Amino acid sequence: MSDHIIELIGVSKYYHDTSVLHNINLTIKNGEFLTLLGPSGCGKTTLLRLISGFEEPSNGKIFIGGQDMHGIPPNHRYVNTVFQSYALFPHMTVFDNVAFGLRCKGVSAAEVTDRVHDALKMVKLDSYVHRKPQQLSGGQQQRVAIARAAVNKPLVLLLDEPLSSLDYRLRKAMQLELKMLQVELGITFIFVTHDQEEALSMSDRVAVMHDGNIAQIGSPREVYEEPTNLAVAKFIGEANIFETELIRADDKFLEVVIEGKPFKFKNRKGFSTTDAIVTLVRPEDLQVWALSEVTDTQNMFPATVEQVIYKGVTVDLQLRLHNGKALAATQFFNEDDEKLDFNPDEPVWIEWVPGWETILAADEESM
Amino acid sequence: MLRKLTFKNFSIGSIWLWLAIFALIPNLLVLLTSLVEQGDTELIRLQLTFAHYSNLLDSVYLRIFARSIFIALEVTFICLLLGYPFAFILARLRLSERMKSLLLLLVIIPFWTSSLIRTYAIVIILKAKGILNTCLLHLGLIDQPLQLLYTNTAAVIGLIYALLPFMILPLYANIEKLDSRLLDVARDLGANSWQILWKILLPLTLPGIIAGSTLVLLPAMSLFYISNILGGAKTMLIGNLIENQFLAARNWPMGSAVSVVLTLLMALMLLAYNKSRDNNVETDLL
Repeated sequence: MSDHIIELIGVSKYYHDTSVLHNINLTIKNGEFLTLLGPSGCGKTTLLRLISGFEEPSNGKIFIGGQDMHGIPPNHRYVNTVFQSYALFPHMTVFDNVAFGLRCKGVSAAEVTDRVHDALKMVKLDSYVHRKPQQLSGGQQQRVAIARAAVNKPLVLLLDEPLSSLDYRLRKAMQLELKMLQVELGITFIFVTHDQEEALSMSDRVAVMHDGNIAQIGSPREVYEEPTNLAVAKFIGEANIFETELIRADDKFLEVVIEGKPFKFKNRKGFSTTDAIVTLVRPEDLQVWALSEVTDTQNMFPATVEQVIYKGVTVDLQLRLHNGKALAATQFFNEDDEKLDFNPDEPVWIEWVPGWETILAADEESM
Repeated sequence: MLRKLTFKNFSIGSIWLWLAIFALIPNLLVLLTSLVEQGDTELIRLQLTFAHYSNLLDSVYLRIFARSIFIALEVTFICLLLGYPFAFILARLRLSERMKSLLLLLVIIPFWTSSLIRTYAIVIILKAKGILNTCLLHLGLIDQPLQLLYTNTAAVIGLIYALLPFMILPLYANIEKLDSRLLDVARDLGANSWQILWKILLPLTLPGIIAGSTLVLLPAMSLFYISNILGGAKTMLIGNLIENQFLAARNWPMGSAVSVVLTLLMALMLLAYNKSRDNNVETDLL
């Protein structure tokens, strides 16, 4: 078997002339934890249903384990899905739910018992075998659903927003458990979510989807710190976007003007003088100074504090530049910067450490 | 508060009254009648006796009961075979809401005509020179007309026609509420269509199957006019027996006794149904 467990080549999907996915090319390595991240309606669930076989692609090919999946129904594909709603069989006990797939394949009774118990032990529910699903909490039902899919030892486990109906604490705990489970099982996971924090903290790679395209695919760090376009930058985390006037570009540097102040940035993406660009600074990279704290304000912008949101670990500030543009800044408690408790309406200076900004091509929305 | 209370009491009281007048008293009268002797000149003589019930143990009556139950089961089974796919298609196919309501309406429309008239219509279809035989003869499928009318088969056909909607409607209600994702999950886990049917669909629609079967089975034992008209009154069913005792033999106590037994039989079945509901928590689908 090749290293690529799943290969999508030029896959598109239309529903009555409405295009849901355009020309998706994606290869997934064996044992990888890949997350499909995007807002609702971006096509991520459709992509999952194409892989699981509930939908056939309008164009293109899907290979699973090196085999062309064209015309192969879901029950003959070595993938299993954990559905968002758990969808446990209400008339069966936990044991029978987990045993369902094995029994359908005609696995011997003794082996079924062993494997089901192993799977339930894995999700720490081995003492609940005789319960009915409605006697379990949401988190427990979710684990049964995961055990029910994983017990079949699929080549790939597909998870369609499996944590979205759990409360915050449980979701956090399950994220960790799922990640550990994936390492333990060594099965490739394809995880669908619209929660960027979830995607970043669990995945080996994140595929950010936008309007039926994969906008960027890379490690969590790459997609967060080096987004290739504005759609990705805006979807993953908060972003402050500064309108940027490009004066001159050469191989190494960009000379730009932001809010009337000249800057010189490194030209990492090879922009030319005619390009339209914007500058992106994450809230945690934005530094905020009270008027009394600074003397050299040459590379700083004056702003006014609008709201102060105390979050325990951080203090989040809503700021407004004098031209009316709203900004967000996240302040961490540290020794260098003692003054965090700004007051609303207080005038401040803002800046960022040169090099922490990201330069991106402007799109129509940002102009 | 007080006025609310009186209104509540009044509402509940009127329902009790209604039930007492139209359900409790008539049934008690039937029960009483079954326990007294038949009169020579008057309809009943007020003399306590259990003779009518012990008479029912006679093999003639037992055979009638057995035949009735067998025919009713046959009708129920065929209704289930016909009704289930229909209800499934109606509930599950991606039809527009308009189309669905239209199809449901078509199921219900026959109720707008008296079932007696509809039964006579079946006579026209089934009789020796009727529509069915004419068609089959013209198609060359048969050489001489089939003798359908005045057979058990005709009675069964008539009962199925009259009772099919009672099977379809509860099944439809049940199947429509079924979470279709469960079927997706089953397929995803590797189940083929048969396994989905046996392990998921049938167990989860059991309440609908039981409800529909009850609604078909009970009338199938007592709709006497259908077996009279189509079966030619040759095969005596429980319904015919009761009619016969009351109208022809003028033996009201005997007829009442048969009615009481039939009522008890139905009550037992409903009890069994309720029992099966209690055992299944998820059966509150109906």
